[in-house]
Amino acid sequence: MTQSVGKSVSRKDGIGKATGATKYADDVVLPGMLHGRTIRSTIPRGTVKSIRFDFDTTGFTIVDHRDIPGTNVVALIRDDQPYLVETEVQHVAEPILLLAHADRDVLFAAKVVIEYETLEPVYDPLASAVSFKEISIEKGGVVASLAGAEIVVEGEYRTGHQEHVYIETNGVYAVPEEDGSITVHGSMQCPFYALKALKGLMGPATPVRVVQTETGGGFGGKEEYPSMIAGHAALLAMKSGRPVKIIYDRVEDMVATTKRHPSIVRHRTGLTRAGQLIAMDVEVIIDGGAYATLSEVVLSRGSIHAAGPYRCAHTHIRARAMKTNTPPNGAFRGFGAPQTEFAMEVHMDRIAEQLGMCPVALREMNALVPGDTTATGQTLRRDASALECLREAVARTDFIRKREAYRGTSKGIGLALFYHGAGFTGAGEERLRSRARLDLTGRGVRILVASTEIGQGTRTMHAQIVSDAMGIPYEDVEVAMPDTAVSADSGPTVASRTCMVVGRILERCAQEMKARLAGRTPAEYLDTVGPLSVILEHVPPPWINWDDDTYQGDAYPTYAWGCDVVELELDPDTYEARPTHVTAVQEFGRPIHPALAQGQIEGGTVQGLGFALLERVVMRDGAMANPTLTNYTIPTTLDTPAMDIVMLENHYEGGPFGAKGLGELPIDGPAPAVVNAIRHIGLDLRSIPAIPETLLTCASL
Amino acid sequence: MRFTLNGSAVDVAAHPMKRLLDVLRQECGLTGTKEGCGEGECGACTVLIDGAPVCSCLVPFAQADGATVVTIEGLGGTHPLQQCFMDEVGAQCGICTPGMILAAAVLPAGASLEEIRIGLAGNLCRCTGYSAIYRAVQAAQSRRT
Repeated sequence: MTQSVGKSVSRKDGIGKATGATKYADDVVLPGMLHGRTIRSTIPRGTVKSIRFDFDTTGFTIVDHRDIPGTNVVALIRDDQPYLVETEVQHVAEPILLLAHADRDVLFAAKVVIEYETLEPVYDPLASAVSFKEISIEKGGVVASLAGAEIVVEGEYRTGHQEHVYIETNGVYAVPEEDGSITVHGSMQCPFYALKALKGLMGPATPVRVVQTETGGGFGGKEEYPSMIAGHAALLAMKSGRPVKIIYDRVEDMVATTKRHPSIVRHRTGLTRAGQLIAMDVEVIIDGGAYATLSEVVLSRGSIHAAGPYRCAHTHIRARAMKTNTPPNGAFRGFGAPQTEFAMEVHMDRIAEQLGMCPVALREMNALVPGDTTATGQTLRRDASALECLREAVARTDFIRKREAYRGTSKGIGLALFYHGAGFTGAGEERLRSRARLDLTGRGVRILVASTEIGQGTRTMHAQIVSDAMGIPYEDVEVAMPDTAVSADSGPTVASRTCMVVGRILERCAQEMKARLAGRTPAEYLDTVGPLSVILEHVPPPWINWDDDTYQGDAYPTYAWGCDVVELELDPDTYEARPTHVTAVQEFGRPIHPALAQGQIEGGTVQGLGFALLERVVMRDGAMANPTLTNYTIPTTLDTPAMDIVMLENHYEGGPFGAKGLGELPIDGPAPAVVNAIRHIGLDLRSIPAIPETLLTCASL
Repeated sequence: MRFTLNGSAVDVAAHPMKRLLDVLRQECGLTGTKEGCGEGECGACTVLIDGAPVCSCLVPFAQADGATVVTIEGLGGTHPLQQCFMDEVGAQCGICTPGMILAAAVLPAGASLEEIRIGLAGNLCRCTGYSAIYRAVQAAQSRRT
């Protein structure tokens, strides 16, 4: 019996947000604070020849790479991205200089003239000679099996960039402290990523601390790039001796920061005439942009999910992340899986078509069930729910009947079956060794973790877990703002791990705290014994077995599952495809907070519809040419259809109260379901976004 | 410039061409009004001028002269919409919420779902997919009647 888990209790941060009282980075003004600005490259590739200040520099603080006390690199995975260009420029909008001034208007009026020697840029990932990472996942013998297959279906599928469009643009402020240290406050997902990067940048003589400010959306877009901005603000603060705030406007945020990796995925699939998958040969290419940043891990998750939620004895997935002279692409909700699952699911409908089969029957025949092995050779445990999701979605949408009824009209209905691994890939969680901390307070406890609230409900959901595990009221659990000086490093707020992994450590902390209290109230304990703090480390399930070299084994401790059905109408004059109804059936263990979970599914689904239908990044000469919300359009209320959300339960014993991860799953399904619905109308579409200009050029089926 | 701000007569000195958004945030210290795009697309900076929702990033301060301006702070904290946005999880990251609530506050009583969708079409939310916002607005409407 639980008191708050499973109930939609009040959000911890609800009132501040509904009254406008909550302070975001740009809402903070400190005495003596300067505004910071980044001067960026205007060429895609070349070297800096000269820099001239075409303004009166009085009152300005100016920083270039020579002011860096430590190492000029944004430390992440592979240390290849500089904080500030020294001579070589690798992409448009690369930071070269930093300026700060007390008056924002004066600051932005300053003109810096930079002369370059240009080099030939590479924009096409297929033409690039440099790969950041190559992955091969092999099971069985694909070549022989393909040769012997009764039917072989081939296809190439493409997805474009996607911009996060968190409504709060990136922003940080850095404060020089009296003891010579620097504290950076900012909108971000991963304070300890920023800390690691700042330590390298500032060197051993300048201690640093990172504190998250309330964050107005992230979706992966505030995973790695805030480390860059934090460093810039810290450099300006150090040189000026004053607090410095850097807030990007929308154009700068769109031009300079990361996007979802564009992808090209090629399938060659062998089947029996009856529709059984025999062999899958999959090639995945993603465009990494100019620096490695997170591309190799995006590629990893993307390639592991590339064979979809299907059983196939012989698979070979070959994946590579290519360098181009465009701003680095990075984390975006789903992290490579939305791209590869898009390809798989559109391909499945093409297979069904070639076999003359119903797309549901094809999936029913091949969907992974408990006991099956995935492409990495992982044997699924009992918490695998592909068929349950598929059957529920098909039944409640009356899919089979509508599929017939809409034939020959401008209406279409399509579905997609998908899954998403929760937590870091493979041995990632073991390497992270995340920790959580719980402190006793006079009334109850305080949670001190680095997992950030970015809208998804971290504070609320963590407090529910602790409340129930300790048996104290939800109201008596406080949640501290992530602060690297006091919070336990619970790892980054990414990879659908905040509930399943960090929530589970907190559950154990709460159990330990309860045992230590031994029946005393928190106040009694503090009075008689003194302060109490419990810090525990993540313990991965003992059965996890993963080989990073061969990419074989248990890629994730568990998966969440989903099936989306999209109904849409095509305007015969404008070729606009408008979704009219979406059904999302998703199994993610168990919802800790049903309303928050529903919000994740609804929000992720609509982002997926935007990815499918509206959101087109136009790249021209290596830069985003439509970096405004007028020209890069995300779904408004009028673009968003009615949604039917179904949450199925299938508990995962390694998660808190049976919960798995949910954050990313919902964005994997909408795009292929949309394209399959368009296909049902009769257009042979193999790329997104499915804007009218693209649909007009599609062949009719 | 003299105008009525959240029910009180005020006299604020700022350049007449300064964006109302900046005057509210800087001169008046009311940071509940947010900037999301600076070009009137996202609606995060929505305030009410003489009862009509407008993007304050597009309004020069001169236009506030003699007007009645209401920001999110002007709703107090007990407005049914604020309570319902909490109850229905209409706010996730919260950055669009003040503007969204003000846009919803001027919807006619008993507005249908379609009228709510049209009324909020100028306010972008990237977190919720809007459904929870509709639930919050509808709950507030039924509470008002």
